[in-house]
Amino acid sequence: MFFKPTFYRHPEFRVGALDAMAAAPGLAAWGLMMGVAMVDSGLSTFEALLMGTIVFAGSSQLAAIPLIAVGAPMWVVLATGFCVNLRFVVFSAHLRPYMMHLPLWQRLLTGYLTTDLSYVLFTRRFPQHGGSAADRHAQQAYLAGNCGVNWTAWVSCTVVGVFLAALIPARWGLGFAGILALLGILASLASSPLRWVSAGVAGAAAVAAYALPLKLNILLAIAVAVALCLMLEATHQAAGASERSNR
Amino acid sequence: MTPGQTDLWTVVVIVFLALITVLTRTLFFISGKPWNLPHWAQRGLQYAPIAALSAVIVPEIIMVQGQFITTWQDARLFAVLAGLAWFYARHGKGQAVLGTIVVGMGVYLPLHLVWGW
Repeated sequence: MFFKPTFYRHPEFRVGALDAMAAAPGLAAWGLMMGVAMVDSGLSTFEALLMGTIVFAGSSQLAAIPLIAVGAPMWVVLATGFCVNLRFVVFSAHLRPYMMHLPLWQRLLTGYLTTDLSYVLFTRRFPQHGGSAADRHAQQAYLAGNCGVNWTAWVSCTVVGVFLAALIPARWGLGFAGILALLGILASLASSPLRWVSAGVAGAAAVAAYALPLKLNILLAIAVAVALCLMLEATHQAAGASERSNR
Repeated sequence: MTPGQTDLWTVVVIVFLALITVLTRTLFFISGKPWNLPHWAQRGLQYAPIAALSAVIVPEIIMVQGQFITTWQDARLFAVLAGLAWFYARHGKGQAVLGTIVVGMGVYLPLHLVWGW
């Protein structure tokens, strides 16, 4: 990754870094908000700094902090973070041919550092995975530059946010910015009617089952919404197939 | 947990969350052998992330301490409407998520701090 000199001397490193910088103001604001939200939810300075530097996935951090704050069991916090992160599994399937020439530890590190933003920018610049060794090297150099800027902007702004939070009274309710951030991500994921159904069912079920202990309402809501969407999808496909055969 | 104090449990949760980031971002390139998820799991991936986000945020918007809110004079409702209106006015393009946060907080803070909603 970006600690390799052959990458940062490559011209694609610069291109990747510049692409990430175009998005850096947004990332910086989101990182600042993340820092404030973590401290306002009751994490200690050390915990907030640790989370801000190693978890490196804003949406799963934001989903986890209210659960940590109310003392939900560990597996519930982790399962919720896992579900929020499942979109990355789809990205990893797409990125596989770009990565498999690397040794395992480099694949793990590169994948870990590739956020939504880097994934979108990278696959836009390289719609096809590289055929030659030189192509593959150029692609990795781009990714190194892009992820390097992305990581630096995110982590530094989160750290600033953690210290800024001490100066802003908690009663201002700045932590609500975290909910608004998740709302924006939710809206950007709502790209098909069934995904809207999934969001609507999960939201309603989470409220209806709120009285369940251990914050299990979150996991129950996800399970109900996904199961219902899979069923609707299957019925829809069956209906489509019978319509075609009737013609 | 005690607010503001470091405890081992929270630190362990944070370390595991980091491992989950690694696992989900690299799942398909851990093994050298080509493989596929079962069909239902592949389809489920389409719906689980949005369900998880919705399950987390909806109760945070329309409930107070486990009860439905009983008034429309709640700053959160107006912030959410304003944020979504911004997102869709921009068709989700550019920095639409950032705009959702900024516009939403622009509505939330005055209502919450000045009117006390």
